Amino acid sequence: MKRHFLALIPLAVFILLVGLFAAPLLRGKDPAKLESAMIGKTVPSFTLPATVPGGDVVSDAQLKTGDITLVNFFASWCVPCRAEQPVLEAIAARGDVVIYGVNYKDKQEDVIDWLRKYGNPFRAIGFDAEGRVSIDWGVYGVPETYLISKTGQIRYRHVGPLTPDVYNNILRPLIAELQK
Amino acid sequence: MKSIILIILLLCLGTTSAQAVQPDEILADAALEKRARQISRQLRCLVCQGEDIDESAAGLARDLRLLVRERLVAGDSDEAVLSFIQARYGDYVLMNPPFKPQTFLLWLTPLLVLLGGFVFVARHVQLGKSARHKAGDV
Repeated sequence: MKRHFLALIPLAVFILLVGLFAAPLLRGKDPAKLESAMIGKTVPSFTLPATVPGGDVVSDAQLKTGDITLVNFFASWCVPCRAEQPVLEAIAARGDVVIYGVNYKDKQEDVIDWLRKYGNPFRAIGFDAEGRVSIDWGVYGVPETYLISKTGQIRYRHVGPLTPDVYNNILRPLIAELQK
Repeated sequence: MKSIILIILLLCLGTTSAQAVQPDEILADAALEKRARQISRQLRCLVCQGEDIDESAAGLARDLRLLVRERLVAGDSDEAVLSFIQARYGDYVLMNPPFKPQTFLLWLTPLLVLLGGFVFVARHVQLGKSARHKAGDV
C-alpha cells in the first residue's frame, strides 16, 4: 500500500507544475508583455525635434508642468497603432490628460500622411528617428503608452494597443488617483 | 560514404554559432569588440525573448548592440554597460537573472530538490537496513 502511494508522487508533482505554469496564462497574462523597469522613476531627460513641420519639440520639461500626461510611442508602419488612434482621440477629448507622441523610427512624409488618415490626438509629437530616446524609456516595441504624473514620474506602462477596456479599468483609476 | 558523413559533420560545425552582428557594427579595436561580444551574449533580446542580442536579427537587438559598443568606446566598464541597459529594461534583460531575495527560490530550487533527494535516499537505505535487521532477528 505504501509503495503505491510513493509511485503517485511524480504524478502529483507533475500536476502541481502544470497548474503553476498554467495559472498565469489562464488569468490572461501575456508573457510577451513585460513590466517596465521605469515605473516610479522620473522620465529620462530628452529633447526630440517636432515630427510635424511647425510643431513643438517634445522634451522632458513638458512632462513636468503640472499636467497628467500620456506618452504614446508609435510608428506609421505599426498596424496595431492604427487601431488605437480612435481610443487615444477619445481619451484626449475627455481632457483629463494631455497626450504626447513619440514617433519611433519613422519617415516624416509617411507619418504626416498617416496622421491625416488615422487622426492626431497629440499635443506635440517628437521625432525619434534612431529610436535612441525610446531605449532610454525602456521601449521594446510599438505601441507603448506611459502614464506620467504631474511632476514627471512614470506611473504605468501599457504594452500593445490601448483599448477602451484598458482605459476604463486601468488608466482611469490611476488618473483619478494622480488628480488628487 | 564516410566522406559524405564527414562533410555533413563539418557543415554542422560551421552552423553552431548564429551571427547577427553586421559588418558595419564591428569596432576597429579588437579588444573592445571582444568585450562587446561578451556583453551582448549576456543581454536578452526582449522582442524575441529566447535569444540574446548577439544572435538576434531584431531591429532593437541591433540598436542595443550599437549602444553597448558606444558605451564601451566612451570608456564604460563591462558592469557599467550591463547596468546601463538593466536600468532601462529591468532584470529580465539579463540572460542570467541576478541573485537577490525575489530570485532566491529560482536559484535555490535545484539545491533544495537535490537535498530532498539525499534525505529521501538516506531514509530509504536506513529503512531497508532496519527491515533486514528485523528479518535477521526472527
